[in-house]
Amino acid sequence: MKIGIVRFPGSNCETDCLEAWRVMGAAAEMIWHQETSVRGYDLVVLPGGFSYGDYLRAGAIARFSPVMPDVIRHAREGGLVWGICNGFQILTECGLLPGALLRNSGLCFICAPQYLRVENAATAFTRAYAPGQIISVPINHGEGNYYIDAAGLRELEEEGRVVFRYVTEDGAATGAGNPNGSLANISGVRNRAGNVLGMMPHPERAVEQLIGGEDGRGVFRSILTGKEE
Amino acid sequence: MKPEVWRGMGLADDEYARITARLGREPNYLEVGIFSVMWSEHCSYKTSKPVLRKFPTAGPRVLQGPGENAGILDIGDGLALAFKMESHNHPSAIEPYQGAATGVGGILRDIFTMGARPVAVLDALRFGPLTEEKNKLLLRGVTQGIGGYGNSIGIPTVGGDVYFDPAFSGNPLVNVMAAGILRREDIARGAARGAGNPVMIVGARTGRDGIHGATFASVELTAESESRRSAVQVGDPFMEKLLLEACLELIQAGVLIGIQDMGAAGLTCSAAEMAGRGGSGVEINVDLVPRRETGMTPYEVMLSESQERMLVVPRAGREAQVEEVLTRWGLEAATIGRVTEDGLLRVTEQGRTVAAIPVAALTDEAPVYRRQAAEPAYIAELRAVDLRGRQLRQPAAATLLALLANPTIASKAWIYRQYDHQVGTNTAVPPGGDAAVVRVRGGRRGVALTTDCNSRLTYMDPFYGGAWAVAEAAQNIACVGALPLGVTDCLNFGNPENPEIFWQFEQACAGVAAACAAFGTPVTGGNVSFYNETPERAIYPTPMIGMVGLLENICSLCPAAFPLAGEKVFLLGPAEGLLAGSEYMSQFEGLVGGVLPPLDLPALKKRLDFVLAAQEKRLLTAAHDIAEGGFAVALTEMAVRTGATVDLPADDILAALFGEGPGRYILTAAPEAERELTALAAAWEQPLACVGVTGGETLTVALRGAPVLAAERKRCRAAYENALGNLMH
Repeated sequence: MKIGIVRFPGSNCETDCLEAWRVMGAAAEMIWHQETSVRGYDLVVLPGGFSYGDYLRAGAIARFSPVMPDVIRHAREGGLVWGICNGFQILTECGLLPGALLRNSGLCFICAPQYLRVENAATAFTRAYAPGQIISVPINHGEGNYYIDAAGLRELEEEGRVVFRYVTEDGAATGAGNPNGSLANISGVRNRAGNVLGMMPHPERAVEQLIGGEDGRGVFRSILTGKEE
Repeated sequence: MKPEVWRGMGLADDEYARITARLGREPNYLEVGIFSVMWSEHCSYKTSKPVLRKFPTAGPRVLQGPGENAGILDIGDGLALAFKMESHNHPSAIEPYQGAATGVGGILRDIFTMGARPVAVLDALRFGPLTEEKNKLLLRGVTQGIGGYGNSIGIPTVGGDVYFDPAFSGNPLVNVMAAGILRREDIARGAARGAGNPVMIVGARTGRDGIHGATFASVELTAESESRRSAVQVGDPFMEKLLLEACLELIQAGVLIGIQDMGAAGLTCSAAEMAGRGGSGVEINVDLVPRRETGMTPYEVMLSESQERMLVVPRAGREAQVEEVLTRWGLEAATIGRVTEDGLLRVTEQGRTVAAIPVAALTDEAPVYRRQAAEPAYIAELRAVDLRGRQLRQPAAATLLALLANPTIASKAWIYRQYDHQVGTNTAVPPGGDAAVVRVRGGRRGVALTTDCNSRLTYMDPFYGGAWAVAEAAQNIACVGALPLGVTDCLNFGNPENPEIFWQFEQACAGVAAACAAFGTPVTGGNVSFYNETPERAIYPTPMIGMVGLLENICSLCPAAFPLAGEKVFLLGPAEGLLAGSEYMSQFEGLVGGVLPPLDLPALKKRLDFVLAAQEKRLLTAAHDIAEGGFAVALTEMAVRTGATVDLPADDILAALFGEGPGRYILTAAPEAERELTALAAAWEQPLACVGVTGGETLTVALRGAPVLAAERKRCRAAYENALGNLMH
């Protein structure tokens, strides 16, 4: 499994991702944003952070980064792409994933542990989880309020493309379990082909008991075991 | 030159006379500007220097003491910890978002200037009561500014402390601390050496923002302060993130002789300080300084406080390498001058010399004032306040709930949820604990960090308050299982020209010095912030202490919350606390006063060493020191998730439940560890009493068998966790 993590100027979770892969027994390497090819990588990670400062709209500048055309090519050819937080924002900006991420409904940045429900455990990113499993993974964003039009939402739901939902400790996808106003409590979606995942929560912050728990390991394990099969 | 010119820049008439005598001529406008910022209190420490000299600054772990951009301590295995705290009070008072944001940016530059990668930010904040709309705006703006900068640049904000008191209405305190890790051999310093070596400016371009920020920080806040908003800088965390990576790359590549960040007084201060430390001169051609605005005068270029800029002195011939690294990170580098042998700060424009000042006149020879000190009359009045015979005004449970909802005591989650406290994936103890704990990569170590100061106690007795700030910080560090190593301070006071304020300052610093000596925690640097006054009042004196500690094995860190039901609860220290200066007396009696008995620093140190000994033997499953709100609040903070039932060997309900005072801890241990812990306490001659057990749905306290408090755990938790959010919505 060859894993590359794109480092945009302003990315700040790229090293955390690298460390998380190391903890999970896999080596990853950095891809500088000015590279124009991601050939040879099985998985491209778009990490969290504030690419290019995110002064305009999160992810809006990064989509024009030199590396992005080849990330899009990689995705179209079936290569795995995983966008976390700012990476998810970039994926919606460049059209690999539908919808948009708006300001949090409370207008405040939120950094906190968050319960998620695994809505689809049959993806390349979630097969290590049980369907409906409740996991605790930190969120850390100011613009994570997922929005999509009614037709788009229907399509996502019907095709099982909502991968994670924000829930309460008891697993209820209610307002109380929704930290940022996301439509239908959506916290992660995949593309139709299933090889692109975008999510606001940070699984790379939940792979060690000492730091944030281990509930995020499932995503890493899913990706790694997928390759072994 | 007209006196209005130098007076307008904050220079006194005798200071101007001194400048004229030193130069042997009248200074020009630019030179007056340069002197005025370098001789401002903020840059020169002209009032505080004689007092600060009394701090203990040496120790076996000190690799860099005061005088550099940050202090550095040895943490073993070739690794070192750089740390420093600074104030951004005045800018935050009139422009809270940018004031706080640039406070974070400035302190982070101090850390990576030393060659360290920043790993943590802490914020010690003081505001007026949230019943006033203005204070809410300040809290919201400051919180968002800290988050806006720290979250974007990707350094976790892991801790700090927040108090609310009318003494800070109109003059909030925003003290920012940062820490970073580096290899010992990578320590960089801010000295310009080697005549002929180039002087380069790297990072952002220079604009007209922040001109005379240092001077602005050296006067009181008045109604006109609002019009000085142009003295507040604007931060760009994205730029600084790039600058951080580029500078660390340059330092690690060994290209640089010296590096210095540009903060207060911008190019003027960084050039003069670098030359001063190197014993050399510096010549700067302002034509070569990259600018973001046209038509800037040499005065504006030299005094601009535009953020995200650094001054570097590379080895001659390595300019291209500096440019290559900066360009790769999308930044600019420009050679703007050179190191000289003549000991002058020389500024040229269009081939003409526009300023030529001996560096020593700006740095070492800056005036030093021995201010008058006089004990204020209020001190005796407060001591005379009689606290005897006070009774609970309402049932103990209702009192506890009201204290838990007091914003100074309540959970600060509304604030720290807005900070990324996890980035770096090293935060083992996030905000909300006694001290934050950050893992040090490449080994098993962890670093503990805390900020502390009880401003009210310092107002009542500045010596006591200064010493207690250090002692409480040490207690917090020990509670998480770490050994206290060293201190950075941020000394916030009113106008020192007022003898009563200067007395507060002298006394508080003497207290800090005495406690640092007692606890073996040298002061490695810090910052003084005077003139924290509005026309109505001076702030409570606040000698903020930032302390760092070391955990040899991070896996042995000790939580503050009870982890399990069925564990034994111990009280270490006296069962009855002090009501003088307590939150209880302030909140329920509206009283500030009473007698604070002298701190027995050696006894507090011994008690702390006992806690550390128990930690080392891994006998403790939770530890928390008793501070604001007393035993009842400390117990609740530990027990909101598990409940507890305790019986204290005490008689006075008020003093037992809500009294404060030093050297008091609540500890828990597994039942099978009780005997060993008790024996250890006996060997250390420590007053340790097993007072109860954890578990249950209530918090129940009795005094010698007589029930005095029963509160539902869930109600306590709701009061504690929701209070601040409710006030802010």
